[in-house]
Amino acid sequence: MTRPKSSAIVMTLYLLFLLVPIYWLLNMSLKTNAEITSSFTLWPRDLTLRNYAVILTDPSWYMGYVNSIIYVVMNTVISITVALPAAYAFSRYSFVGDKHLFFWLLTNRMAPPAVFALPFFQLYSSVGLFDTHIAVALAHCLFNVPLAVWILEGFMRGVPRAIDETAYIDGYSFPRFFLRIFMPLIASGIGVAAFFCFMFSWVELLLSRTLTSVNAKPIAATMTRTVSASGMDWGVLAAAGILTIIPGALVIYFVRNYIAKGFALGRV
Amino acid sequence: MEKTVNNRAWLLVLPVLAVVAFSAVIPLMTVVNYSLNDTFGNNQFFWAGLEWFEEMVTSDRLHDALGRQILFSAIILAIEVPLGILIALNMPKRGFWASLCLVLMALPLLIPFNVVGTIWQIFGRVDIGLLGHTLAALGIDYNYTNDPLDAWITVIVMDVWHWTSLVALLAYAGLQSIPEAYYQAARIDQASRWAVFRYIELPKMKGVLLIAVLLRFMDSFMIYTEPFVVTGGGPGNSTTFLSIDLVKMAIGQFDLGPAAAFSIMYFLVILLVSWVFYTVMTNLDRESGA
Repeated sequence: MTRPKSSAIVMTLYLLFLLVPIYWLLNMSLKTNAEITSSFTLWPRDLTLRNYAVILTDPSWYMGYVNSIIYVVMNTVISITVALPAAYAFSRYSFVGDKHLFFWLLTNRMAPPAVFALPFFQLYSSVGLFDTHIAVALAHCLFNVPLAVWILEGFMRGVPRAIDETAYIDGYSFPRFFLRIFMPLIASGIGVAAFFCFMFSWVELLLSRTLTSVNAKPIAATMTRTVSASGMDWGVLAAAGILTIIPGALVIYFVRNYIAKGFALGRV
Repeated sequence: MEKTVNNRAWLLVLPVLAVVAFSAVIPLMTVVNYSLNDTFGNNQFFWAGLEWFEEMVTSDRLHDALGRQILFSAIILAIEVPLGILIALNMPKRGFWASLCLVLMALPLLIPFNVVGTIWQIFGRVDIGLLGHTLAALGIDYNYTNDPLDAWITVIVMDVWHWTSLVALLAYAGLQSIPEAYYQAARIDQASRWAVFRYIELPKMKGVLLIAVLLRFMDSFMIYTEPFVVTGGGPGNSTTFLSIDLVKMAIGQFDLGPAAAFSIMYFLVILLVSWVFYTVMTNLDRESGA
């Protein structure tokens, strides 16, 4: 068998392609600005943690992370809470207009955020929610709720109906059945849906930047201010970038066993 | 699975409707409103009818952006889908290495869009980036801020870097669901590697690959942040895709009417293509009896 060897080579090349640009960012984040601009080095000669220190000691920097995490968590909770009953309805019942409704929900996942940026800004300004975490969380529901419904419906379809019926015969009410029996059965699906909500809310910038100015400004928008009168602060920019990768990496680690099925939206 | 007819299921869907109404329907109505009116500021609006739509349909600016957008989506689909399948076929099936590959491959997917842009902006720079510096050392004239072709290559390579893993993970999930017995039968029949791929693996991956193509099409068609950070739509207008053009028009120049008409047509194009995909997908589901 020669195949395992060639496949190892393909995978190594691909992973190198993925990791080298990230390594370069990490490399830069550990250099001084003088080293970045004056000489070209493959690894930091003059290792420094100054760039990270700048971010972790300045509230206008680290509050960016706090803001991002607050609205991402809010969005994930809202999305999953409203998506659960809807996904159950779509997976178990047929009702007037169900197919159209399902497609209409999906169309919101397809809506370009650029289309919504301006109306969102005006809507949230007019109801006094501009520059709050909840505004960004609600705005991100635009694409996360349909996605969560889609994923959860896929997982729920895999649970046999017999379980629902047995529970009703045993005298369970609907809410009790849903919370005690059904939700544990699709726990991995809920985990995957939450992961996706987290992911898409965390990486989105256009809407979160448009809807915030100071109090709820996300880290990704804060990064744009490294251009100052004295030129680019490359080191700090790179360090901020590396810090935005860490939460994602942590979340991936926790869901690694479900990730493949999750990306197929439960439809394998 | 048989579904029971029950119209009270609408009650379970209500919360979703409420949230989506607030975050999609109301803003969309605002857009429709703008697209039919003209304004000179001060919140005074004048009925303009279909004027903006006429202007936009005949606008060269829109045509050019649309052309670039279609070219971009076609190129990245043509690269990412075959490459993703290739990677999925070569991934370890189980054990420590499989987990490690999964985690590392998913990493680019969880990097905020503008950080992806920043990574490649730095990586491609001739003075401080590894890629730019290496190419320059090899004597290749590469500069993504001046040369449109280099800018395009950079944006495409960046998108391949960012999203191929999504296709690969989907295809991998499809492959995992193939029972070992299929491969044994193929071995007994002495099927070639190509025949195994063509008649066993590809049909089994069809469903997930459609999801992959649908997601990649939608997302590449509304790409904004990454090329904006790297090239800012330039040099000139060479990498100005639809979203970049739209934001320029709506927020940069505050041309609300044309921008809104543009938005609606943009949305309709995506909707149309996605509807085709979705119909094909649900038909496939029905065929396989799921």
